[in-house]
Amino acid sequence: MKNVQKFAKHTNLIIGLLIVVGFFSVMIVSFFYTPFDVNVMNIPEKLRGPSSVYFFGTDEFGRDIFSRIMKGTQTAFAVGILTVVIGVTFGILIGAIAGYVGGWIDEICMRFMDALMAFPGIILALMLVAIFGPGIVNTAIALGIIAIPGIARITRSGFVQHRDAEYVLAAKLIGVNPFKIMFRHILPNISSQIIVAATVTFATAMLAEAALSYLGLGVQPPNPSWGRMLKDSQAYLMSAPWYIYAPGGAITLLVLGLYMLSNAFRDFMDPRSKS
Amino acid sequence: MMYLIRRFILLIITILLVSIITFGVFQILPGDPIRTMLGTEADATQIENLRSELGLDRPLYEQYADWMKGLLTGDLGNSIRFSMPVKDLLFDRLPVTMSLAGLTLCMVLIVSIPLGMFAARRQNKLSDVSLSTVTQIGMAVPSFWLGMMLILYVGMKFDFFKISGYIPWTQSVTGALSTLVLPALTIAIPQIAVNFRYVRTAVLEQIQLDYVRTIRSKGMSEQNVMYKHVLKNSMIPILTVFGLIMAEVVAGTIIVEQVFSLPGVGQLLITAISNRDFPLVQGIVMYITVAVVAINFIVDILYSVLDPRIRLR
Repeated sequence: MKNVQKFAKHTNLIIGLLIVVGFFSVMIVSFFYTPFDVNVMNIPEKLRGPSSVYFFGTDEFGRDIFSRIMKGTQTAFAVGILTVVIGVTFGILIGAIAGYVGGWIDEICMRFMDALMAFPGIILALMLVAIFGPGIVNTAIALGIIAIPGIARITRSGFVQHRDAEYVLAAKLIGVNPFKIMFRHILPNISSQIIVAATVTFATAMLAEAALSYLGLGVQPPNPSWGRMLKDSQAYLMSAPWYIYAPGGAITLLVLGLYMLSNAFRDFMDPRSKS
Repeated sequence: MMYLIRRFILLIITILLVSIITFGVFQILPGDPIRTMLGTEADATQIENLRSELGLDRPLYEQYADWMKGLLTGDLGNSIRFSMPVKDLLFDRLPVTMSLAGLTLCMVLIVSIPLGMFAARRQNKLSDVSLSTVTQIGMAVPSFWLGMMLILYVGMKFDFFKISGYIPWTQSVTGALSTLVLPALTIAIPQIAVNFRYVRTAVLEQIQLDYVRTIRSKGMSEQNVMYKHVLKNSMIPILTVFGLIMAEVVAGTIIVEQVFSLPGVGQLLITAISNRDFPLVQGIVMYITVAVVAINFIVDILYSVLDPRIRLR
């Protein structure tokens, strides 16, 4: 039984890493090279099925879907990374202050976080996008705001656990500045939980970006986005059914890779699951 | 009783904060909302008229108090795009979304609980590992893509299913099912995957406890052990996730209604956002969120009824 678990732990890590690193390499390559130009239209070649020239076929403007999938990794990673940066930065800040200071500041911060969490994620995202307007950066800001409460909660509970620890007391007694105690002494102790949460945030941000773009409210053309490609493909569901495979497959595969990575991180870092 | 009161106060605070956020975010709109609504060609009197009609020329706290009062009495103002009360628009669409969400929830519960129990009993055997793998993929699939695949492989192959539009229950039950089964399945599959994992973990925890060994050694049939004792005790952690799943299902309807062109609340919300119809957006967001918060409150109360220890915390 132990071996099965060990095996599962490693397969999660290896397959997850392979998928995420694979997509990341595709993104790097797409900056320099794609088989076809992603934005040049070629109407006579429109809606061609998959072939040795066009691996995943062509879209309604005759653009190569494979090249657009490649370019789409840029959008996916841009939104994912920006969301994680916003969510983790503000989440840690709010959670650390609430957990370390405690008292009414804690109460106010956490009630506010609870209220943000009360909104179903996509509803809050839609409302924020309605206000900020569409686009890569605005989408990431909206998704980042949604990610804040989750990270803040995890950070807070870690800080509450550690704030009365002996090493913190010792640091206080020799007069270490409170910010240094918070971010140099306590934070590293809970970084593993935050890393796991950040990986999950990355995955959910990508799914949410795809959903917003599918609804036409996320990333706007000409930026290639997998979600947007699915929206465009739906009109050709009968005449070009293969059009939907590549964008949907790309989203699923990358999100799956990130989930597997986060599972592996949790198994490796969580001391409880080691026992 | 103390627990109930405390939980109720927390509910009121949450709803109050949610309303402040929903009201507040629309105040940080870049530029003048009236100008955005009317476009660049509007003249000054038109702008002034709409401004006073919407009450935007009054102080912010007065606007908020007014909006809150409307919220409590069910009057959410008028939609700009449809020139109709937001409430009427919402109630028109509500039956579609509620039937979709209800059907989805049934599917999730009916499939995920037996499946999770089955996997837990066969921990680390082939069937358990393959179910866990499949559900991990199920969690990663974007619902709208799943919906399109279902249209392609099920909806277009079988005449029974309608792949767009809605037929009310009152008109024909089979008609309603033909329009709702595929969208419900689309939302349900990822949620089944999530809930399966929770059920499996909860059941696994129970199975290892002493009482299970005792009733087994008494000679109780495996069926009774699982469904009468283990499932009952596992329900508490499962119920916690139920609120979460509710929220996900509601969120799922918004996207999936778009895939299957169902005229529900989600479609209304997307139309409202595309038309920058802010009173309508505010109203929909507020009502959906309050509904989700209220369900979570009920779940919490149920939780304390099922497990009296919770009340002591």
